[in-house]
Amino acid sequence: MPLDPSFVGRTYPPTAPYLVGREKIREFASAIGATDAAHHDPAAAQALGHPDVVAPPTFPVIVTMAASRQIIEDPALGVDYSRLVHGDQRFAYTRPVVAGDELVCTNTIEDVSTRGGHGFLTTRTDVSTVGGEPVVAVWARYVIRGEA
Amino acid sequence: MELPAQTFQVTRADLIRYAGASGDFNPIHWSDRVATKVGLPGVIAHGMFTMALVGRAVTEWAGSPDAVVEYGVRFTRPVVVPDDDQGTEIEVTARVREVTEDGLTRLEVTATCLGEKVLSQARATIRTAR
Repeated sequence: MPLDPSFVGRTYPPTAPYLVGREKIREFASAIGATDAAHHDPAAAQALGHPDVVAPPTFPVIVTMAASRQIIEDPALGVDYSRLVHGDQRFAYTRPVVAGDELVCTNTIEDVSTRGGHGFLTTRTDVSTVGGEPVVAVWARYVIRGEA
Repeated sequence: MELPAQTFQVTRADLIRYAGASGDFNPIHWSDRVATKVGLPGVIAHGMFTMALVGRAVTEWAGSPDAVVEYGVRFTRPVVVPDDDQGTEIEVTARVREVTEDGLTRLEVTATCLGEKVLSQARATIRTAR
């Protein structure tokens, strides 16, 4: 089923806040082998001017991938999850994510198209604090493989 | 300007650890049975895990864990991770495309596995060291 192009420009209601934990940042940093002290030690992060440990650049995907299910599982859009492939990923940071952030995601569908039997879906997730401070904008492009 | 190449070893254990840390438990990243059933050559690394390792290379070049201003990639080819102790290797190189007047450095990054490009259009912008 081709994706419905009328969804382009649609913005979804903000997601429930995600509280970024210090141990979660440490766990994520350890899993990718990131040993810089600022990911693990609050004092090292404070020396760089941050209130608590700093997340590695791709950490926000934990928050945005969960949030983007709002789009991918929207029955009206009709994405077949079993045929979904992650195509592109991009982050534009206002500042790094730090432990203690309470993050809210606002999802927008930026583009929907169908080419060569495959569906393409571009989402933008604006991640901000519960107080409204912008933190990072995250784009993902998904390919929904056609039935060959 | 070319930056020094960095190499990252990736084993099945790393994929399990990344799955737990990221919450991405798609079985194509840990089950040969499921991976081959959906037409993959075997268990593959999470694209986001490869992107994270490349991000590590970028922050190490930058010399600061909080220097990345923008970072994007296209996933072009899966990284197949065999079920042995060596796993596979991802090699990351980069060149400086531009240094702007407002103190930003734009990098063009290349990530390869077994000589094949696994990411394309991999670009990062970093704030020049304070």
